[in-house]
Amino acid sequence: MSNTITTVVLLAGGTYVLKAAGPLLLGGNRQPPPIMHRLALLLPAPLLGALVVTSTVIDSQQWVLDARIVGVAVAGIALWRRLPFVAVVLLAAAATSLTRLASSM
Amino acid sequence: MESPRSAIIKQSASVTAAVAPFGVAFGVATQQAGMHLIEAIGFSALVFSGSAQFAAVSVLGDGGSVSAAVVAGLLLNLRSVAFGVAMAPALKGRLWWRALVSQLMIDEATAVGASQSDLQWRRYGYLVTGLGVFLVWNLTTIAGASIVGSADGMVQTLGIDATIPAAFLALVWPRLSFGPQRLVACGGAIIAFVAAPVLPAGLHIAAAGAAVLVLRPWRRSTDERQSASAPNQHEAS
Repeated sequence: MSNTITTVVLLAGGTYVLKAAGPLLLGGNRQPPPIMHRLALLLPAPLLGALVVTSTVIDSQQWVLDARIVGVAVAGIALWRRLPFVAVVLLAAAATSLTRLASSM
Repeated sequence: MESPRSAIIKQSASVTAAVAPFGVAFGVATQQAGMHLIEAIGFSALVFSGSAQFAAVSVLGDGGSVSAAVVAGLLLNLRSVAFGVAMAPALKGRLWWRALVSQLMIDEATAVGASQSDLQWRRYGYLVTGLGVFLVWNLTTIAGASIVGSADGMVQTLGIDATIPAAFLALVWPRLSFGPQRLVACGGAIIAFVAAPVLPAGLHIAAAGAAVLVLRPWRRSTDERQSASAPNQHEAS
């Protein structure tokens, strides 16, 4: 099996267990301790923050500063201006593409 | 007054439409990571959890191990447990039924479902939104994976590699308006930045999750909740 297939199988299985824990086990009658609840809701923020940074400036475990930084900065401005997701992504790609074009000239 | 049914259908349609570009972006991301179409569909149909799918593909595409990809994805999905607990009273039924509908336990279905006060309409909102998003998410994944072949150079020239951090930024953005969330998001970003060259590929994402434990912002949010609930009690009395 390829690494990707293994990941799909394990992640799908694990994710399903997390999704189904409430409906299958609790049946709506019990609540987990509030600390668990808060932890589970807070965790995505640092993980997504980490993913923003690493998918911008990390390549093969090394810091690489390139045109993607410009793209992400433009995406930030687009989000701040409350533009829809399509626009955010397209502007990020366009800004990165133009920066590369300009720096190659 | 608007009936709950039409209010739910409207809400559900708008969140379902909002998911479409993310699905396309995910399909594109799988191609950048050099994955097959069937693997992309595997993610979207079987894992069916947007941010975890992006995270896993990003870790694998960066040369990370299977375990690093799975751990990053699962940590992102821990919130599904909280959603499941919240939705469970509205999803009662036979075991096979609960087992089946649990696959739809995603942010969007929970949000639309939980916005209803009546259990019956909670169930309806959850199911309509969950099924709608499932359909659109998978179709747009296929579309995204098909448009962009893994043609070398094109990803760089068109700046498609910047769409992944842009997508992550869009996912974390709504959370940045809450103090504790903003704190741990920045903490996680810094930890990952420092740890990425040192830790085995992909593990820095899981390490960033430790930001929550280090910063412990729930103390602050507990205080906020207590001070916020005080005026409510006053109102009620």
